[in-house]
Amino acid sequence: MSSRKPNALDLHVPAPRARPGDKPDFSGWRFPEPGDTPRPDVAASAVELRDFAYGLIRVLDMQGNALGPWTPEIAPETLRRGLKYMLVTRAFDDRMYRAQRQGKTSFYMQSFGEEAVSIAQALALNPDDMCFPSYRQQGLLIARDYPLVEMMNQIYSNARDPVKGRQLPVMYSSKKDGFFTISGNLATQAPQAVGWAMASAYSGDLRIASTWLGEGSTAEGDFHAAMTFAGVYRAPVIINVVNNQWAISSFQGIAGGENTTFAARGVGYGIPPLRVDGNDFLAVYAVTRWAAERARANLGPTLIEHFTYRAGAHSTSDDPSRYRPADEGRAWPLGDPVERLKQHLIALGEWSEEQHRQAQEEALEQVRAAGREAEKVGVLGADGAHPPSSMFEDVYKDMPWHLRQQRDELGA
Amino acid sequence: MPNMTMIQALNSALDNMMARDPTVLTYGEDCGYFGGVFRVTEHLQKKYGPKRCFDAPINECGIAATAIGMAVYGLRPVIEIQFADYMYPAYDQLVSEAARIRYRSANDYTVPMTVRMPYGGGIYGGQTHSQSPEALFTHVAGLKTVIPSTPYDAKGLLISAIEDDDPVIFLEPKRVYNGPFDGRRDRPVIPWAKHPASEVPDEYYKIPLGKANTVREGADLTILAYGTMVHVALAAAEESGIDAEVIDLRTLVPVDIEAIVASVSKTGRCVIVHEATRTSGYGAELSALVQEHCFYQLEAPIQRVTGFDTPYPHALEWEYFPTPQRLIKAMRRVMEA
Repeated sequence: MSSRKPNALDLHVPAPRARPGDKPDFSGWRFPEPGDTPRPDVAASAVELRDFAYGLIRVLDMQGNALGPWTPEIAPETLRRGLKYMLVTRAFDDRMYRAQRQGKTSFYMQSFGEEAVSIAQALALNPDDMCFPSYRQQGLLIARDYPLVEMMNQIYSNARDPVKGRQLPVMYSSKKDGFFTISGNLATQAPQAVGWAMASAYSGDLRIASTWLGEGSTAEGDFHAAMTFAGVYRAPVIINVVNNQWAISSFQGIAGGENTTFAARGVGYGIPPLRVDGNDFLAVYAVTRWAAERARANLGPTLIEHFTYRAGAHSTSDDPSRYRPADEGRAWPLGDPVERLKQHLIALGEWSEEQHRQAQEEALEQVRAAGREAEKVGVLGADGAHPPSSMFEDVYKDMPWHLRQQRDELGA
Repeated sequence: MPNMTMIQALNSALDNMMARDPTVLTYGEDCGYFGGVFRVTEHLQKKYGPKRCFDAPINECGIAATAIGMAVYGLRPVIEIQFADYMYPAYDQLVSEAARIRYRSANDYTVPMTVRMPYGGGIYGGQTHSQSPEALFTHVAGLKTVIPSTPYDAKGLLISAIEDDDPVIFLEPKRVYNGPFDGRRDRPVIPWAKHPASEVPDEYYKIPLGKANTVREGADLTILAYGTMVHVALAAAEESGIDAEVIDLRTLVPVDIEAIVASVSKTGRCVIVHEATRTSGYGAELSALVQEHCFYQLEAPIQRVTGFDTPYPHALEWEYFPTPQRLIKAMRRVMEA
């Protein structure tokens, strides 16, 4: 390696602009102004929509005003509900993060900073549309009024855990709420959502599917499978790429974000590529309505890139101060989704600082009450939460002889 | 009763199920208009329309994953992986997803899907059209693995697989698609029409999963076989002069342990034959089961006759393929021990 040839090839390994100790650096980024992006007809061809992959749909300005053609028709009451759900999600995350630190469970994952994605989308979809989330869309369950105590029972793997202590914390499942069992192998849910949507179309149903994965996971082959099948069969599905900039310690450039946007992945598949400010509740709501309307009209899938920032750690097993500037989240140019929606509601005259404080207190109390109830049932490792024999159930519908034999061997 | 090849019997199973159950649909590479490279889905698109039998993009991960989504929705998809050798891109979806969705959701979501794939050699397919990956599925909790050996069984087992509420891997021995090949390539090809198991009713019928079939009764030793090797085992039994009992396992998971134990307890000797590579092959599991359940009845060490631990060779296919001659050698070793 000592003497390089003059025309020698050189390997490029992407690196983020700022590392711990550096100043956060978003200087090269240019965003369209709020309200500047036109709203196309839902029947527009994918070819006409190409430019949306390289822009950013924004509705709220940084003073809380809603601007432009993407401003959704949404009742103030719905916005207040959305804000409250975000506050509950944040309070829930905070408590469960601490519960892990206190040894009450093994693991937790927050959605801090990207709550608008799940909550606005849950409100924009129909309640019976089917969700195939990744592990950071707890907001979907919360906005579908799934009981917080059930989520905690799952996190604690206690005797009332709906999935019987079989899954890592946060890997929820609730069929009645249209929330698919979370995997943990990344991006597998995306082509499954496409299959579900194909089945819905095959059956002449009215329900559509929506799936979420991180920008890092778009590198998986499963994402390519999802996009190919969704495009080919015009599946009624919304494929959401939550670009929160960080896949554990890998910045989005490692997944290909240096060269293009993640929305632009849609261009090659002929899938409408919408890129949206993921911290702008109104914009997320509006693009989701657009995509849902398109899917319901048999016009096929939409790819949405939610441009946001993972303000917290990847999980309780992660320490982001080791790979990115500690204040990068605070410097995020597109602000905080909770603050921005609050500001908007106040600007509308539909909310006040006092109401906000009260809503925060109510969210905390709701989480505290659920916490007390769940902890009464038990935290991780509580004796007798699950009989050992339950380990052998649900592997198959009917237990085959070899599992019965192994159960007997265990003396269970 | 009509005579059918295994291909026609499989086609008849799909036809019956699609006629009976609107939630059954089938797709895979070239499966639609063309009817599949082996013709198993022939005429189904014409009969049931393109939404129930269609071509899939060349993406096995996507084929498996979309079928999982469909099964979760409430359909009973039957997918074709064109060759078992092509299933690896789908493996994560089958192993980490299809197999575990019932378990991880505590019975909330289920995956009643069937994954058909032709496997095995003897067709000059080289290393990418000849593999026998059954052990990669039998090792996975939550999957069932089925391998028929005759047209009659193929139809009855495929119908059971489609109606099963768990994901079923359905491996089709492509060397016997068109005739009961017994490993003697020096002899003329026998068509299925001359074999009693090619008499297949047009109507719906089932053969239960998890039940083996004793295809030849014998007193001297037991041969455990499945797929193409059932025919090899029968030829070996006839040619060797050894009175072998041949058990066609039909389902590898859950395996019919009672049939295995009853036969080996009777004969006291056991030879296991499969085409797949030996190390950690399904024969190792069978050998362990026989040892655990029949040790005190055994008169001789168990023998395995298998493909070698090499990739499937193209030009040396017939040296690799377990023939009746190789099986007879093992049978003699077991008898002489």
